[in-house]
Amino acid sequence: MTGAPVLEAIGVTKTFSGTVALSGVDLRLERGRVHALIGENGAGKSTLLAILAGIVQPTQGELRLDGRPVRLGSSGEASRRGIGIIHQELQLFPDMTVADNLFVGRERRTRWGTVDRAAQEAAAALALGKLGQTLSPRALVGGLPLGQQQIVEIARALVHDARVLLMDEPTSALSGSEVPTLFGVIRDLASHGVSIAYISHRLEELLEIADRVTVLRDGRLVGEAEADEVDVAWIVRRMTGRDSARQPEAGASSPGAPLLEARALSLPARTGRTPLDDVSFTLRSGEIVGLYGLMGAGRTELLESLLGVHPDVAGDVLLEERSLRGRGVSERVAAGLAMVPEDRKAAGLVPTLTVRENLTLSSLRRIARGGYLAPEKETRAAQPWIEALRVRAPSLEAPVGTLSGGNQQKLVLARAAMSRPRVLLMDEPTRGVDVAAKLEIVESMRRLAGEGAGVLFASSDLAEVQAAATRVLAMARGRITADLDASQASAEALASAASRPSEGPGA
Amino acid sequence: MPEPRLSSLVAALIRLRALVALVSLTLAFSLLSPEFLTAGNLAILVKHVAINAILAIGMTFVILSGGIDLSVGSIVGLCGMVAGALLSGLAFEPMGVVVYPHTWLVVAVALLAGLALGSINGYLVARLGVAPFIATLGLLYAARGAALLVSDGATFPNLGGSPELGNTGFPFIGAGVVLGLPVPVWLMVGLAAAATFVATRTPFGRHVYAVGGNERAALLAGVPVARVRMGVYMISGLCAALVGLIIAAQLGAAHPATGETFELNAIAAVVLGGTSLMGGRGTITGTLIGAFVIGILADGLVLLGVSAFWQMVIKGIVIVLAVILDQFQKGRSS
Repeated sequence: MTGAPVLEAIGVTKTFSGTVALSGVDLRLERGRVHALIGENGAGKSTLLAILAGIVQPTQGELRLDGRPVRLGSSGEASRRGIGIIHQELQLFPDMTVADNLFVGRERRTRWGTVDRAAQEAAAALALGKLGQTLSPRALVGGLPLGQQQIVEIARALVHDARVLLMDEPTSALSGSEVPTLFGVIRDLASHGVSIAYISHRLEELLEIADRVTVLRDGRLVGEAEADEVDVAWIVRRMTGRDSARQPEAGASSPGAPLLEARALSLPARTGRTPLDDVSFTLRSGEIVGLYGLMGAGRTELLESLLGVHPDVAGDVLLEERSLRGRGVSERVAAGLAMVPEDRKAAGLVPTLTVRENLTLSSLRRIARGGYLAPEKETRAAQPWIEALRVRAPSLEAPVGTLSGGNQQKLVLARAAMSRPRVLLMDEPTRGVDVAAKLEIVESMRRLAGEGAGVLFASSDLAEVQAAATRVLAMARGRITADLDASQASAEALASAASRPSEGPGA
Repeated sequence: MPEPRLSSLVAALIRLRALVALVSLTLAFSLLSPEFLTAGNLAILVKHVAINAILAIGMTFVILSGGIDLSVGSIVGLCGMVAGALLSGLAFEPMGVVVYPHTWLVVAVALLAGLALGSINGYLVARLGVAPFIATLGLLYAARGAALLVSDGATFPNLGGSPELGNTGFPFIGAGVVLGLPVPVWLMVGLAAAATFVATRTPFGRHVYAVGGNERAALLAGVPVARVRMGVYMISGLCAALVGLIIAAQLGAAHPATGETFELNAIAAVVLGGTSLMGGRGTITGTLIGAFVIGILADGLVLLGVSAFWQMVIKGIVIVLAVILDQFQKGRSS
């Protein structure tokens, strides 16, 4: 029976308010097989998974379950038909027991209408046993390591009789030793006839677990093959649409004096963040260094540690040879660091302030004379930066929410640039912005570097790293796994360094 | 096109609702009660308003930063008691002497006490990460207990001082009149002007709005979030200490229960004035108007002979109504 189609997508297209996320994609999940979905950010993998799980409705095309057309109007409907999804962010209740988590929203009832704990715990123990786990159903989920929480998510799908399991980057938060356990569980499920769709950015890991591989790019299917017929290079070629032999355009690189130095930065593990493990590097004046890595590699944690967000970081950060130890974020910003965070809504902009007020937020002390913030002076100081970074805003006094995503991002960058930073830290600077804004953002990075600043930007977009960086640091699991000059930073070298489990540094 | 004009008029009225409420209440009470617009009544009214407005100005900074300060009423009580104790003389028993500090020194010590109490709130919230509601609730109890401990629950009477001790003049803060206006009203006006300046024309003020609007973004942009937090609670503590002095000076006596539930009136004025309890949005002018609406409502209802019980019901309705309008307006604008 292995190989019979279970869930199929045929000619599926999805447009979100005009932009095409998926275009005419076919996918066939077969009984007892693991099917990997591969692509860069925005390629459409997660959209496809969401369609298969009934969370998103396709604009065109149809789904078939066991060969018959089916409409999955909601995730609940998909779940009733045996399709379970495991999201990248675990959706568990940390203060509830394992058994309670498995049955949230669909509790087993006693005849008095109360929750039937005994029945739930028995069913939970059975499901966990099937997964080869000896976990107690009464354990609190919040106290479990992430790997076991992941297993709980899978068990949740199993107690509701899932035949199809959709997994969106299930290993992104796992530690190295937890991945083999998860793979064991996945193989075991497959051998019992469950069909699995699996998204991951870790290419080598994918080839290890997958039976079949589908590559998406810009919402289209660009490659499909049996996993044992392909290698990482084949996947990268299709993902990026470029022959990996072609070298990226190397930016002019004549680095100057050392600006920022990280010395043995280590960040202890805590829930919700990747620990850093002995990270050291030097950023020089005029350099644009790309920090390439996958989700959960520790890029954001590294940038935040440099900025002083985490007080529990060990090691030292030196700015122009002066230690920043013991200095908080505001002092480091005053000393010459600036940050453009990844999530501009949550961490970049203050929604209650105007465009002008958001722009000048990091430069107020310089604008104010004797503690007095003159409105005309502030406007005069702000205007040139709006123009320099081509922020298209109705006016300086407009609420910041009226700007488009790209212009919001440029505004956050303008704020950083206006503070005249010695070192500019950027986290995924072009995520979710349109092509024109992308180019303008990269241009601005070059201009700042040209004026002698150092730029360190984190990205999981290979093409962007290759286009913008003069040097690339690859990260995986909280360590730097490669330090490459732009000319050496081929897609293959980067992809393999970023998916490297946990070795020492070295190209 | 009468319709859009009508709706924009309605929108404007909603936006300026506190001012509209202020004007219509004044008109209504003037018509309904001949006493309302008399000089005597207005003087009482404005003095009452001043006390709540001064507390509410401090509270506005706290709420703008996304916090809340439940301890102001207790700080009023404790700082009044500190002043009362000092004016009544510090006894050094082993030496058998009683020291009477100068009035200005007494005032300075009481104000410093307010700053210190505010910095306790600030430390708990900014450095130890205690939720503002909890931290200031703690001080609400602790400061009230301390106020009772100062005198073992007794009142300090006769704070007028005497010339031979060199500590006269204290009642001036509460009962003095300068250019026809009571001193507390001048204090309110001066404080409102200073607070407006700080809120709109200084980096600190902008930082307060930024922290309340999006704390994480403010932090990453280099705003000294912890220092801003510390600052707003200290301002609130200072305002509360000032009110404690004013009341003790008006009465010529310090009573440990003074200021109970004042925090709620202050919060009500801030909210009525259009400041968002979520932080990041609001003005000092709005708070001032809010304090006047509450004061006029209370005063007018008394003149009309409405029972104290009904007054509370009406006040409650007005506050909730104001917040509903606030959300209605936000729904339109977003």
